[in-house]
Amino acid sequence: MASDTDWSTDVFRAMQARSIATVCTVPDGGLTQLLKMIEADRQMRLVTLSIEQEGIGIATGCWLAGKRAMIAMQSSGVGNCINALGLPAAFRAPCLMLVTMRGQWGEFNPWQVPMGQATRPALEAVGVKCYPVDRPEEVGETFAAAADIAFNSRGSAAVRVSQRIVGAKGFGQK
Amino acid sequence: MSAPSNKISRRPFMAELLAHRGNSLLVTGLGSPTWDCFATGDSPDYLYSWGGMGLALPTALGVALAQPARRVVCVTGDGEILMGIGSLGVVGDQAPANLAILVLDNESFGETGRQRGLSAGRTDIAAVAKGFGIAKTMTVTEQSAVGELAELLFKTPGPVLAVAKIAITDDPWALPEKDGAAIAHRFRAALGVDKA
Repeated sequence: MASDTDWSTDVFRAMQARSIATVCTVPDGGLTQLLKMIEADRQMRLVTLSIEQEGIGIATGCWLAGKRAMIAMQSSGVGNCINALGLPAAFRAPCLMLVTMRGQWGEFNPWQVPMGQATRPALEAVGVKCYPVDRPEEVGETFAAAADIAFNSRGSAAVRVSQRIVGAKGFGQK
Repeated sequence: MSAPSNKISRRPFMAELLAHRGNSLLVTGLGSPTWDCFATGDSPDYLYSWGGMGLALPTALGVALAQPARRVVCVTGDGEILMGIGSLGVVGDQAPANLAILVLDNESFGETGRQRGLSAGRTDIAAVAKGFGIAKTMTVTEQSAVGELAELLFKTPGPVLAVAKIAITDDPWALPEKDGAAIAHRFRAALGVDKA
């Protein structure tokens, strides 16, 4: 089975191949490796947000001005983006999201479960195409496919990286 | 009614201010800031919005990051900037030298019936911006300050923020194109980036 580093590297390479050079994020544990790679690369820009919806505006603004960007977040952050997703829809701008899941598979924290379960229906309700991935070796190609459909069709797409891949946070418990 | 003491009349104020724009790109917040910019003279350099409250500044930041050689000015209202107030922290962190923010502050929710807004009370938007690391700020209460304001918004290295305390006025409707795809295409074509 591929490790975190492997799928993060696959996503990173797919980003590079597509000139996606700005990543807006409220971080998540499952994104740690990818965010480190982005921070370490001089050709890329990491934009730390106060709330995930800002990333929708920033990515839309980047595209309107000729550059590609994306948003990386935990599934709870999807709930903070719903009204904002009307913006790229209205502009017919692409919007690419990488979502690491909580509240989905072996979750310890019950507070994560409602939004974790609602992530896909909430995204689909505002017209975002969802691409769930359950196997680490499929994250890279799924991300690449979602990115291509988003930028080629000028629509919104979200890759949902399963909690099976990122693992359930243990909070020091057994 | 709020803002009883604000003196600036928004339309003549914006007309005088935007005469100094040069080739700056404008990202306008939903509601009256959009109507004001359109009313004073339409341009393909203007990116209008009709919705997504709270997102004018993040959108402007995205434009500024993608076009570092162009001045980008976000023109928005007090309600909108407060809805996305954390974005000032993102701007302070990224510190784009080409980004300026103008908040047209009538201390009320103008589009929905002029209900009282938070800046009618103890909230000082320029002070909040300073707290987020936007060092250069200005609060303008008279139209006579337009020259100084234009210098800040269009010339001074950013990020900068100005608050203009504007009166509640009855202005004629001035509605630009509302099809977002058409707005986006015009803006991108003017920038020469339509293949991105």
